[in-house]
Amino acid sequence: MKFVDEFRDPTLAARLVAAIREEAGGWPVRLMEVCGTHTVAIFRSGLRQLLAGAVELLSGPGCPVCVTAQRDIDYAIGLTAQAEVTLATFGDMVKVPGTRSSLQRARAEGADVRVVYSASDAVRLAAERPNRRVVFLGVGFETTAPTVAASLGEARRRGLDNFLVHSVHKVVPPALRALLSAGEVRVDGLILPGHVSTIIGTAPYRFLADECRLPGVITGFEPLDVLQGIYALVSMVRQHRPAIAIQYRRAVRPEGNPAALRAMAEVFAPADAEWRGLGLIPGSGLRLREEYAAFDAARVFPVDVSFSREPAGCACGRVLCGTARPPDCRLFALACTPDHPVGPCMVSSEGTCAAYYAYGRE
Amino acid sequence: MCLAVPAKVLSVAEDRSAVVDLGGVRRGTSLAFCPDATVGDYVLIHAGYAIQKLDEEEAKETLSLLEQMAALGQSEGEPLAAAEEGPGR
Repeated sequence: MKFVDEFRDPTLAARLVAAIREEAGGWPVRLMEVCGTHTVAIFRSGLRQLLAGAVELLSGPGCPVCVTAQRDIDYAIGLTAQAEVTLATFGDMVKVPGTRSSLQRARAEGADVRVVYSASDAVRLAAERPNRRVVFLGVGFETTAPTVAASLGEARRRGLDNFLVHSVHKVVPPALRALLSAGEVRVDGLILPGHVSTIIGTAPYRFLADECRLPGVITGFEPLDVLQGIYALVSMVRQHRPAIAIQYRRAVRPEGNPAALRAMAEVFAPADAEWRGLGLIPGSGLRLREEYAAFDAARVFPVDVSFSREPAGCACGRVLCGTARPPDCRLFALACTPDHPVGPCMVSSEGTCAAYYAYGRE
Repeated sequence: MCLAVPAKVLSVAEDRSAVVDLGGVRRGTSLAFCPDATVGDYVLIHAGYAIQKLDEEEAKETLSLLEQMAALGQSEGEPLAAAEEGPGR
């Protein structure tokens, strides 16, 4: 068992597609995938086209880089102007255009901006450079937040007071609630994020079935996983039996990962957060707890971002809510391309615009 | 962003740091979030940390369920083009 190839069998996939078509019957079932990794997996394997007519797949606010508010991007760029700051973050963040610049451009102009693979790499940077203040720009959902929490714990244990975090971490369930209660997007069910759910388990999604009467299936990322998840959703939709189920059973337990949840809760507390497209959502962000105030870049380095505004003409906000498709944006593939992105959904490899550009243009 | 890839645990140190085989490449990781993972287990790696131990029995069960569901698909169908290889998902 390698946990990968087994879930890519093309013959099985073809039969599953046929089974889904049969289960769907006459009119299409509308499903939203709320994870950027699913968006890429679905586009890459061509499932959208294979299921056309039976299942309509819509992308939601599942790309952490994409949902980061413009103000938070501008704050990070502003931070790099502080003489002693080294800013470390994940790759995609560096290319996102802010209002006046980007981290990439700031770096070209002399700022110290580092791309890291893990928050613990940033802790290492801080240990190696005691005369710098290393700020890790923490972006990501519940999958990533525990890793940043653990790194911060490590920095505190080692007495590295030159390591700081700027948390723009977000949690998924409140965003789903906000999106669905806004009522602008109509879906029949949700393909729920597999790796976020390894951490949080099933309980935070129960409101979907109980209050919104929508089924949700926590789904893995290989083609057969996605097809099995879709089959389960289509069945629940057609039988009017909404529930929260786990397809990705090899990785997701109903209770999530208690050790990771503990690490996250020790360092972070829930906070209101601004999402691109969705606006301010109560309890959807993670801020550093009081005990970690000395590590909180937002408290140590105030930066004026009153000039911040989203790029003119960019439809990322509506794309993230599922109320527009990338080709509906007048900038798509013309003024906005992966080489010259205007909005974050074209920057991140998981962005819906980038996925449409690479795999899905009609 | 929430990308996580399966890797096999090769060795575990006392502080729960570990060396894993990630598609043929040896990498350091932390098993802090997987208290019961041990040498020979597969874990999911995300941003330098193992975020969950993979359950082989559940994986087999999923595959056998997939076989049963595929039997429902009447069309024998042409095999679909294989998905791209590589850990890029």
